[in-house]
Order: sequence, then structure tokens, then C-alpha cells
Amino acid sequence: MKKMTGAFLAALVTTTYAIAEPVDDTLVVNEDIAIVTRTAAPAHMADAVDEVMSGWLFRGSETRDMQRDDFDNPGMIFVEKAEEAWNTAEGSEGKSCASCHNGSDSMAGVRPVYPKWNEAAGEVRTLEMQINDCRETRMGAEPWKYTGGDMANMTALLASVSRGLPVNVAIDGPAQSTWEQGREMYYARTGQLELSCANCHEDNYGNMIRADHLSQGQINGFPTYRLKNTKLNSVHARFKGCVRDTRAETYKPGSADFVALELYVASRGNGLSVEGPSVRN
Amino acid sequence: MRRTILASLTIAVSALGLEAAEIAPTAVTFEDGSVAQSLSGQPGNAAEGRKIVGSKKLGNCVACHAVSDLSDVPFHGEIGPMLDGAGDRWSEAELRGIVANAKMMFEGSMMPSFYKTEGFFRPGKAYTGKAADDTFGPLLSAQQIEDVVAYLATLKE
Ligand code: HEC
Ligand code: HEC
Ligand code: HEC
Repeated sequence: MKKMTGAFLAALVTTTYAIAEPVDDTLVVNEDIAIVTRTAAPAHMADAVDEVMSGWLFRGSETRDMQRDDFDNPGMIFVEKAEEAWNTAEGSEGKSCASCHNGSDSMAGVRPVYPKWNEAAGEVRTLEMQINDCRETRMGAEPWKYTGGDMANMTALLASVSRGLPVNVAIDGPAQSTWEQGREMYYARTGQLELSCANCHEDNYGNMIRADHLSQGQINGFPTYRLKNTKLNSVHARFKGCVRDTRAETYKPGSADFVALELYVASRGNGLSVEGPSVRN
Repeated sequence: MRRTILASLTIAVSALGLEAAEIAPTAVTFEDGSVAQSLSGQPGNAAEGRKIVGSKKLGNCVACHAVSDLSDVPFHGEIGPMLDGAGDRWSEAELRGIVANAKMMFEGSMMPSFYKTEGFFRPGKAYTGKAADDTFGPLLSAQQIEDVVAYLATLKE
């Protein structure tokens, strides 16, 4: 009896999957930068899914269109703000980012490889950690709040100059143990609802959960400008929201736990293009 | 031994002035995923159950399941099977087991356990993101489970 019901359920579930797909669409930004929004899954997750897909494919047509042109992308206003900050001297050393790094376009190729192992510090660093390290140790300036506006703006600038380049974080060597910790977190069922990232973003992408169309929960588009809160949202703020929604005690943005989770989630998008700042609902 | 429990139950029940005792979340007995007895000791109210199934603040079952009878509630999810006909497919005891703790019927199910208070990893205080405190209780009360079961039993095709 139980077995039969199982088979019956399976049939029902398959039908549901079949009707819920990401859209068939392609993204070219400013008629210039071709964005890879779906590609073969990296080897380490080939057991789980065949293809990895950007969250862009799961949004409605109006939201998708906003990302096709920088004039329509509200996230680009924050990139301009960060460009000003890039050139403004701050802190006891009287230096700006530009004093050492020249133009912000010198950062092309940096976003796709973060989080990244830093040999001197002996730790895996997110882009946010690296930016604050430059502020504190090289500029003599106050660190920015991890998920605050100044920080989100700067990460948007650094993402924007890498748009179109493939995400390519290293998961072996000294980063491996951190990556493994992140993978464990991804499959851990947290909170009173006992839901893991994988329950929603691996087993059910393409399906509706109440009013939301579930994506693969990729981070190649971060920071994201969300129509819901009309600001840039950082990776760890998004993670925090998703963990909270399982009725769990969340981790702190910037914590070693979220750094590990970020490395792992980033690696699930290896091969997708950097597209931040992206637009989401 | 059995006598003593029964006897003390009777005392407890009469002391509280209730007709039957409520079964605590930690004391529910599952048999092949089913729960034979009413958790509250009372019959369920299908009209209340209908509200719980559709309400975001209560069962929020429609987050994952579509139900034709609840077409007045917007946005039904498609994570689990449609609940139309659930009253034909499952007995009352099976439905009670599924709603109380679906993982007993469907191993590893994504469906949350609505009448369970132990064994969680990083349980929180509702949707605050903070750690659970002494206000922590099951997602639904014993009577709410009974109400939902009564409603599901009405879903016939
Ligand atoms: C005094 C010079 C100096 C200033 C000012 C400075 N940086 Fe740096 N930055 C460095 C050096 C040197 C490195 C390489 C350090 C290393 O590899 O550990 C670096 C590395 C970086 C990296 C990592 C690059 C990579 O390839 O991994 C980023 C991102 C970065 N800086 C951003 C910034 C930002 C944003 C600012 C302004 C808020 C800034 N830096 C200000 C000297 C500076
Ligand atoms: C109950 C289901 C659920 C769970 C569990 C969940 N999420 Fe989400 N997540 C969502 C929904 C809904 C959205 C918004 C729609 C979408 O992009 O999927 C979202 C969005 C995201 C996004 C933004 C994607 C984009 O393109 O903008 C990321 C990243 C993300 N989740 C990561 C995670 C991680 C990491 C976990 C585990 C810690 C997790 N989520 C757990 C439901 C969930
Ligand atoms: C997070 C998603 C989720 C939520 C919320 C949820 N369920 Fe489920 N439910 C499922 C899934 C998935 C299944 C399929 C069983 C399995 O796991 O294989 C299921 C199965 C069922 C079944 C048996 C399927 C059938 O034949 O009709 C019933 C009945 C049911 N759920 C009722 C409920 C009720 C009532 C609620 C609210 C109190 C609820 N569910 C909330 C995901 C969910």
C-alpha cells in the first residue's frame, strides 16, 4: 500500500516538475557583454545537476530586461558612488584605492576568483574581507560594515568590471577544508522547518514555493539590486535571510561559517559569468 | 503497570476536568507513519483546518501544495503533490501521522514536522533569526493538527 502510494506520488511530482522551467532567454549587457547564464555543471557537482543556471533565468521578463542595459539597471547608480569612493583618499595614510590600484578597471578578473585563499594571512578571504584589509592595514581607515551600503557599493564596482568573465573559484589546495565545511552547511537541514539550501535550490529549482519561483540560489549576480527593498544586497545578507526563513538561528554575516558557505556556493557557479550588480525581485 | 498508567491518566484527566488527555509532541506513537489517536483527545474542526492550511502564519501548507478547494487563497506552491483527493488516498490515522511528522511516512521528506519539539539543528525563535528560547513549541498545537486532519479528510474527488 505504502509502496503504491510512493509510485503514485512520484508520478504526480514529475508532472509538476515538467511544467516549471527557467525561461529560454539570453543576456547581453549594453549590447556588448555576453553573459553565460547557463552552462554545464562543474565536475564536483555533476552528481547533483547537469546544468548550472543564473538566477536571472528565473525572474520575470521586466526584471530580466532591467539588466540588459546599464541605464535601466538601478544597481549601476551604486557602482557610480563606489567609483567616487575609489578615488577618494581616506584614513591616516592619505591614500585612495586608486593610489595603489590605479583605475578600478585594474580589478577586472578579481571578482571571479573570490573567495580565495590568502597565503600571507593563512585564511580564505571574501572580497569584502580583502577590501576591509586594504582599508585597515594599507589606508589606516575604518573598516566598512560587512553588509553595509559602502561595502555593497564597492563590491558592485568590482563585480561590474568583471562582468562576462567566468566564475572560477579554487576549491582544492589550502581552500579545500573550508570548501568542505561549506558543502556540509549546504546540505544541513536547519531550523524548525528542517530545510537545507539543497532542499530548495538543488531539488526544487524551477518550482514555485508559494509566490516565489525557486532558482539554483547562485551568487554570480551579487551584489543584487532587489526591487523588494530597493537597494544592493550582499551575499551574506541573502544567506542570512534564507537561513532565517527555515526558522533557524542564523550565522553572522562575515563569520567563518558564511565565508565557507560562500566559497562552496560560489563553486557551484563556476563557469557562469559574473553579472553583478544584477537585478532581482 | 499498564493499569497504573491508565489509573494515573484518569486522575490527571479528572483533575484537569478534561474528557481526554492531550498527547505531548514527545509522546506521540507512530505506527507505519500513522497516528491512531486524536492528539488533543477531541475531534477536529474542518472549517478551522481549512484556515490553517491556507494561512501563511499558521500551517502555510499552500506554500508547497496546491489545493483546488482553497482557490480563494493566492499563490499555491508546487513542491509537494496537490492535496486534492488526499481524503481518498489516506485514512485519518495516516493523515494525522503525515501532518504531525511527515518524515515518519516519507523518509527524508522535505515537509516540515508540525508536531515535534526536539532534534532540530540550530532551532530559531520563529522567523527572527535568533536562537530558540523557552517560548519554543511545535509549529501547530494538538488541536490545530486535528483540525487540519479533519479538513484533509474532506478533500475527496
Ligand atoms: C597602500 C596601497 C593600497 C591601497 C590604498 C589599497 N590597496 Fe588594495 N591591495 C594592495 C596590495 C599591495 C594588494 C595585494 C595584497 C595581497 O595580495 O595580499 C591589494 C589587494 C587588493 C585586492 C585583491 C586583489 C587580488 O587580485 O586578489 C582588492 C580587491 C583590493 N586590494 C581592493 C582595494 C580597495 C577597494 C581599496 C580602497 C578601499 C584598496 N584596495 C586600497 C594595496 C592597496
Ligand atoms: C525554503 C526554501 C529556501 C531555502 C531552504 C533556502 N532558500 Fe535561498 N532562496 C529562496 C527563495 C524563495 C529565493 C528567491 C527566489 C530564488 O532566486 O530562488 C532564494 C534566493 C536565494 C539566493 C539569490 C539568488 C539570486 O540569483 O539572486 C541565494 C544566493 C540563495 N537563495 C542562497 C541560499 C542558501 C545558501 C541557502 C542555504 C543556507 C538557501 N538559499 C536556502 C528559498 C530558499
Ligand atoms: C516545505 C514544503 C511542504 C510544506 C510546507 C508542507 N508539505 Fe506536505 N508534503 C511535502 C512534500 C514534498 C510531500 C511529498 C511526500 C514526500 O516527501 O515524498 C508532502 C506530502 C503531503 C501529503 C501526502 C500527499 C498526498 O497524497 O496528498 C499530505 C496530505 C500533506 N503533505 C499535507 C500537508 C499539510 C496539511 C501541510 C501543512 C500543515 C503541509 N503538507 C505542508 C511538502 C510540504
